[in-house]
Amino acid sequence: MSGYAFDFHGLRLEARASGALWWAEGAALVVADLHLGKSERMARRGGPLLPPYEGLATLERLADEIAALDPRVVISLGDGFDDLAAAEALDPLVAGALRRLARGRDWIWIGGNHDPGAPSSLPGRAADSLLLGRVTLRHEAAEGPDVSGHFHPVIRLAGERRRAFLLGGDHLLLPAFGAYTGGLLHDDPALAALVPQGLAIACGARAIPLPLGQGRRP
Amino acid sequence: MILPPEFQDWFARQGWQPHPHQLALLVATGDSLLIAPTGGGKTLAGFLPSLVELAQAARPDGYLGNREAAQAGLHTLYVSPLKALTADIGRNLARPVADLGLGVRVEDRTGDTGQTQRRRQRVDPPEILLTTPESLALMLSYPEAPAIFGGLRRVVLDELHALAESKRGDQLMLGLARLRRLAPGLRVIGLSATVEAPQALAGFMAGAAPVAVVEADPGPDPDIAMLPTAKPAPWSGGGGHYAIPEVLEVVKGARTTIIFINTRAQAELFFQALWAENDENLPIGLHHGSLAREQRARVEAAMAAGALRAVVATGSLDLGIDWGAVDLVIQVGAPKNVKRLVQRIGRANHRYNAPSKARIVPANRFEQIECVAALEAVRERDLDGDPRGPGPLDVLCQHILLTACAAPFDADALYSEVVAAGPYRGLTRADFDACLDFAATGGYALRAYDRWQRLVLRGGLWQLRDPRAAKLLRMNVGTIVEAEMMKVRLRGRGGAPLGEVEEAFAASLTPGDSFLIGGRVVRMDAMREMVIEVTPDPTQRPKIAVYSGVKLAMSTQLSHRVLALIGDPARHGALPAQTREWLGLQAEVSALPEPGLLLSESFPHAGLWHFALYGFAGRNALQTLGLLLTREMEEEGLGPLGFLSTDYALLVWSLDPLRDPAPLLDRARLRAGLGDWLGGNAVMKRTFRNTATVAGLIQRNMPGQRKSGRQATFSSDILYDTLRKYDPGHLMLRITAEEAGRGLVDFDRIEEMLDRSPRREHRILDRVSPMAAPLLLEVGQVPIRGEGRERLALIEAEALMAEAGLEGIA
Repeated sequence: MSGYAFDFHGLRLEARASGALWWAEGAALVVADLHLGKSERMARRGGPLLPPYEGLATLERLADEIAALDPRVVISLGDGFDDLAAAEALDPLVAGALRRLARGRDWIWIGGNHDPGAPSSLPGRAADSLLLGRVTLRHEAAEGPDVSGHFHPVIRLAGERRRAFLLGGDHLLLPAFGAYTGGLLHDDPALAALVPQGLAIACGARAIPLPLGQGRRP
Repeated sequence: MILPPEFQDWFARQGWQPHPHQLALLVATGDSLLIAPTGGGKTLAGFLPSLVELAQAARPDGYLGNREAAQAGLHTLYVSPLKALTADIGRNLARPVADLGLGVRVEDRTGDTGQTQRRRQRVDPPEILLTTPESLALMLSYPEAPAIFGGLRRVVLDELHALAESKRGDQLMLGLARLRRLAPGLRVIGLSATVEAPQALAGFMAGAAPVAVVEADPGPDPDIAMLPTAKPAPWSGGGGHYAIPEVLEVVKGARTTIIFINTRAQAELFFQALWAENDENLPIGLHHGSLAREQRARVEAAMAAGALRAVVATGSLDLGIDWGAVDLVIQVGAPKNVKRLVQRIGRANHRYNAPSKARIVPANRFEQIECVAALEAVRERDLDGDPRGPGPLDVLCQHILLTACAAPFDADALYSEVVAAGPYRGLTRADFDACLDFAATGGYALRAYDRWQRLVLRGGLWQLRDPRAAKLLRMNVGTIVEAEMMKVRLRGRGGAPLGEVEEAFAASLTPGDSFLIGGRVVRMDAMREMVIEVTPDPTQRPKIAVYSGVKLAMSTQLSHRVLALIGDPARHGALPAQTREWLGLQAEVSALPEPGLLLSESFPHAGLWHFALYGFAGRNALQTLGLLLTREMEEEGLGPLGFLSTDYALLVWSLDPLRDPAPLLDRARLRAGLGDWLGGNAVMKRTFRNTATVAGLIQRNMPGQRKSGRQATFSSDILYDTLRKYDPGHLMLRITAEEAGRGLVDFDRIEEMLDRSPRREHRILDRVSPMAAPLLLEVGQVPIRGEGRERLALIEAEALMAEAGLEGIA
């Protein structure tokens, strides 16, 4: 998969076409908003019974990245689980796949609004945020420079919606990595306020950078 | 039952004579289906038995005699496909109800009815309730349904021919089966325009007992012909603009004209072209489904008031309120379907026993042949129409969930009720159980939801696990799934709404691009949340306004007629001179397609090889064939680059020539290819989105949903891909494949084409053949997806980077 490399406050980073962020120097793989257990949570609340395979699908894509990069540490940037009950009730198949992926490497669950805290029954440790050099890793963007998730940014490109990284002066926003996640368009006021100008990096078969900002498409 | 004296007097006071079919419905003892042309007093015929019964009941010795003492309850339920029609019927009924002193309430109940009135109707229903299939499904989902409908005597189903064409009809028939169970002895009257198979429609609406078909006198033959024009029809294209002067001329000669055009985009362009030459400023309006509701309502009101001389319309005016003043219908572009043409012609002249007048404007040479063939069919009263498939299972899934909202149910009893509905008569118990399992557990191979089933079995009855789910299910009633649309409004605070465009079209726009909407050219300024802001810009040439992807294919019967006409030079005398010459030239240079023969050609043109196949199988089937053939050609190393399909032919261009198509046109090979290819195909994803939404797997409406651009939901494509990968045998995929096979993929018609063409002939020519020439001029080719799409995205992104002065940084 071809990624897009860039510098962000002293870190050399690569936006992967899959939607993951790779920091080669620290051998760290960062993914945001896995939302594992989402179908279970919707069913629990009396909603539609979605195909209960999104956990497998999400972890399969994550496994591809782990196989390609062999990270020392995997960081989930919050909302790794759709809620804590979903984390506890995780399908044994998904939990097993997660344990296999975590074997031999460090795994950090940064807390999100859906899952404040780490699941006790699963590998890895919890953190509120993490510092890489001058850059803070947290779930929802705050004081920059930081790397965050939460908003599930998407852009329109060639008639399609694509998940996208948004790269601004102070904030780097990651797309959602989870299979069943909606998206917020980059020009939504919430996102335009955080990244008024800079680059969007669209995910897909390859990472495609394109400019963001001032009355210019997209 | 006979017409009582006070009704006879009432008819006489209006200066009317009851029509024989109105009286026939009055004496019928069981269910009836009335087939009558527009203007035949059809609606009154449907209501007359109800009014007579209510009049009898209102007499002192009748059951309504002492109104204060007894709640009379609902007597007649009227269901129509259009909300506008229910309001109109309400007004029309008010007169006889008042004149005859019936003292009954007539009310409507649609999506527009307020909460207070809905609640009151549930407690104290009117005698006559006017509604739509969706509102009926909703009313049946409430626990009060048995109390409301238990005393129902009659049901009137209006425009049944139109309802039967879509899933709305299937949902309505399931609702009708419920009504028949709640109110034994219920009598049903179906009202329909002219259809090809009245008995089939009668079977569709029938319960346990057969339905009597009453056919009204169809009236005199219509006055229908091609519109003579000074300029000949062009070789290709679908606009019909060459005929504008003649169209204006006949509009001047008529009181009110409806000009039907097949697509919204073409309607926009034609409307604009009409006004460009409308020197006398004849009031001409525009009406199509993408216009804002307010705008459509204005045009309808102007029509009703007689303020318009003509309206350019799409199928949006196929149904609806009768405008007595319409005395001419013009069909621009090929009718595609004889039955629809006849129904459209019927919109002109609603005076019974006066001929309808219609003129047809073929848009190009191929369509000229089609129009001649269609006119022959109209004269022979030979209507077409493909037989209706069995009731779709996604509609049944929704019905099962809504049934659980009303009350706990027994599976055996529900199965018996469902198979009493016409479309579901052949439903197997296994399929019913699969739908029930889907509704209850999701039906997944991975049994993930044992704890969180949607329906649970308690004491032998199925019920909602979480009663709060009923609200969500009721919010998602219905079988019409709209494409994702974006609103278009004028720029500035409180800018006027102009209409809607499909999101995919919106995504292709760049600020500064202009497009047509509501008959004017506008420039896109910005896209904010789910709204496109525009400014009027009459100076620019519009980008083509592409709204809706699904195009109606030419019917099988009409295709056969066209092929027979082309293949028989002795009949070419019926064609315009230039068309005759064109076909003559084709016979000389290559050959003419004819029944029993599948003709194809390979020829070089503009540095590429082209392969033309004259299949006459409709555009959807030929598009599917194009996708399958190009895959095969790719494997054979012929380098296919793209293709286009029309109703008549398929054209594929490639680097190397296809010298022998016979092995590629092998049925088994195509079938096998279909299985592989269907998977990732956009047509399948679109179909899946529809079926999954109807079945309740995807919910369009959520409580407290925010109207901002925030998408709480995710794309249905993801669900489709996930299911294909992890649960390929799932019910939803089966339903999707069945529906696509009949509809957009239309593989049935590829097989039909192969079956009827035992002879194959392939000609290798040194240049473009006369018949292929118009194809080369057509627009709207299908690019081959995959790597091509990715390249497109890269090119677009690079252009943006260059514009931003950022090139080369990737």
